[in-house]
Amino acid sequence: MAVLNEEQEMLRDMARDWATNESPVTEFRKVRSAGEPQAYSADAYAKMAEMGWAGIVIPEAYGGSDFGFMSAGLVVEELGKTLTASPLVATTIAASAIILGGSDEQKAKWLPRLASGETVATLAVDEGAHHDPSAIETNVLAGKLTGKKAFVHEAHGADLFVVAATDGLYLVEKGDGVALTTRKLTDQRSHADVVFDNASAEKLDDGSDSLLEDVVARAQVLTAAEMLGMAQAVFDTTLDYLKQRVQFNQVLSTFQALQHRMADLFADLAQMRSAVDAGLQAVDGGYGVARAAVVAKAEANRVLHVISNQGIQLHGGIGMTDEYDVGFYLKRARVLEASWGSSSYLRGRFAKLSSY
Amino acid sequence: MATQLEPHLHADEDAFRSEVQQFLAAHFPAELKGKANALAGVDGPTDETPAQTKWRKAVGERGWGTPTWPKEYGGGGLTKAQAKIVEQEFAKVGAYNPIGGMGVMMFGPTLLEYGSEEQKRQHIPPICRGEIRWCQGYSEPNAGSDLANLQTFAEDKGDHYIVNGQKTWTSGGQWADKCFAIVRTDKSDKHRGISFMLIDMDAPGVEVRPITMISGTSPFCETFFDNVKVPKENLVGEEGQGWTIGKRLLQHERTNISGGGGLASMMGRSLGEIAKKYGETDAAGELADKVLRDRIADFEIRWNSFLLTARRAVEESKAQGGVSEISSVLKKLGTKLSQERSELMIEIRGLQGLGWEGEEFTDGELEAVRGWLFGKATTIYGGSTEIQNNIIAKRVLGMLDHQ
Repeated sequence: MAVLNEEQEMLRDMARDWATNESPVTEFRKVRSAGEPQAYSADAYAKMAEMGWAGIVIPEAYGGSDFGFMSAGLVVEELGKTLTASPLVATTIAASAIILGGSDEQKAKWLPRLASGETVATLAVDEGAHHDPSAIETNVLAGKLTGKKAFVHEAHGADLFVVAATDGLYLVEKGDGVALTTRKLTDQRSHADVVFDNASAEKLDDGSDSLLEDVVARAQVLTAAEMLGMAQAVFDTTLDYLKQRVQFNQVLSTFQALQHRMADLFADLAQMRSAVDAGLQAVDGGYGVARAAVVAKAEANRVLHVISNQGIQLHGGIGMTDEYDVGFYLKRARVLEASWGSSSYLRGRFAKLSSY
Repeated sequence: MATQLEPHLHADEDAFRSEVQQFLAAHFPAELKGKANALAGVDGPTDETPAQTKWRKAVGERGWGTPTWPKEYGGGGLTKAQAKIVEQEFAKVGAYNPIGGMGVMMFGPTLLEYGSEEQKRQHIPPICRGEIRWCQGYSEPNAGSDLANLQTFAEDKGDHYIVNGQKTWTSGGQWADKCFAIVRTDKSDKHRGISFMLIDMDAPGVEVRPITMISGTSPFCETFFDNVKVPKENLVGEEGQGWTIGKRLLQHERTNISGGGGLASMMGRSLGEIAKKYGETDAAGELADKVLRDRIADFEIRWNSFLLTARRAVEESKAQGGVSEISSVLKKLGTKLSQERSELMIEIRGLQGLGWEGEEFTDGELEAVRGWLFGKATTIYGGSTEIQNNIIAKRVLGMLDHQ
């Protein structure tokens, strides 16, 4: 854990208390049973926004707290621990696109609504099953955007889409020319293919040439923070289980084979946390963001992959049951691993950023 | 209020910075620019050039080689911020810290914590001046990972002990002036029968035999004690406290092995850059061997997050004061990744990267081969990786034998 300031500690403790008490995994089970395509509780998201979490990266002038990504990451991590279903990550990423590339008018129109939770937004970049910002065909003619975006996170709840087209990022409101096809993935959260057919679009024109890259970096870092919470939760649960479960008249935690495996995972988790912290700090510091984000997401992918698998293995048979939570983490893990860059994509990107 | 104080702080720092700059201008020999400290490691002889001697004495005099150690014992007595300034200014002009070795890395911090006033006054100043080289008397032929099984015995003879036994893997034993050792003072209790004492390497009855390693070098020795007389004032802490003190020292050792210290220099050259020199590149200027490219990136990402972890540990330990059990995680990760880096380096260079000697190989290539071989020791010494796993599981994760 990075050395936090008082504000950040309070925020984290508040998020931890809320997630533990108000949003344990049983709440996610309720969302799943309800079977709504939106796949989150609007009441829960309203409460989160009320606590200021939707505006953490938004400037104070636009109704946010401007605490920055490190702070947003702390909250997202806590929510990841209990698999809280919400559009908080998607909206924060979309907000960052408007902050980085929006005109004063666009900021004034959208940021206060995103901060208050009134409007939900999401980023739509990829057009296939793999993250590939170099393969965008969506285009805009005379203010009308046309194209198909695949597996868009939180699409069902979104009022506003930040859409990557061949010549930049655009804001598109839901409505005419925007059609969703639900893509139900293993994590049981909201995903959809979104077809834009001559939809009215407004360009985010005030950002740098690397606006898309900058926004994807923020998506990578914040997603990695959610994954960190998940990895920590699986690790903690598994460790507790090993200390309880008795076989051969011994608690499992006394077996050296299992002790050493947990020591390996503990070291992996330490690396993951360092990489995620550094990614969040890089965004706030505005230095080396692209590279730090790649390292954060790549380490999140690697470590959560291993921990989610070991979580099942070390729980044994009960880990395979729907009644037990550990399987939910496995399923969500793979969805997030494949979003904003798989491990092999990220390695290629790291090599490119390092000029080899 | 903070804004009122800051200008003064900055003024103090600026004044100190120019003091360091003046010191460097006056004392740092230009011919040593960019050189490393030849005496910091354990695998070099003690011959110094006159310039090296001059530089060592100048820094030792100020105590800036051990900047945060107390001034009363010869340290710099500096704040962490000031120590940082020393480090920065030295780096700017390419000056190395001439004060190093086991005395600085391991023994000094431990003695400052556990030594008597008299011991500190006797032993710390020569470490700060770089005058005395220390070696570590820990492992024995039958006490490796099971270190507490050590048998070297110190018999109580009133005002002194008589020590008999054998130590092994004594790093730099052939060049050391003194040895900090853990020895048995009580045969009836495995852990509480161990004491920590200081032995002169030139005392009668001490014999040192270098061991040639697979790397072709002899940085380690076997050390034999045959009726060696050790005065009682050389006992550190109480009799029977040696296991506690010895373990504390190992935490310092692990932090150093993992590279918790000078991290910036550990990033080293990008393996990708090196691979471009040795292999083909495509039209985009990327490595043509995409599998190798992928593996290098995979490694460098993990190396990156390790360095970030080491940095995080340093930041967090400031709050907690000193080294902690996270040192086991750093040791385990750092040594494994360093070995992996060496292996990748060889693969990148092919057979050109496996040279033993000869002018057809660059110094860098030859050093990498010796480093690769010697590096195999790092997951064994200082508590093997398996021992670190035990420590992490039991002390950090609480996976105890009895719940």
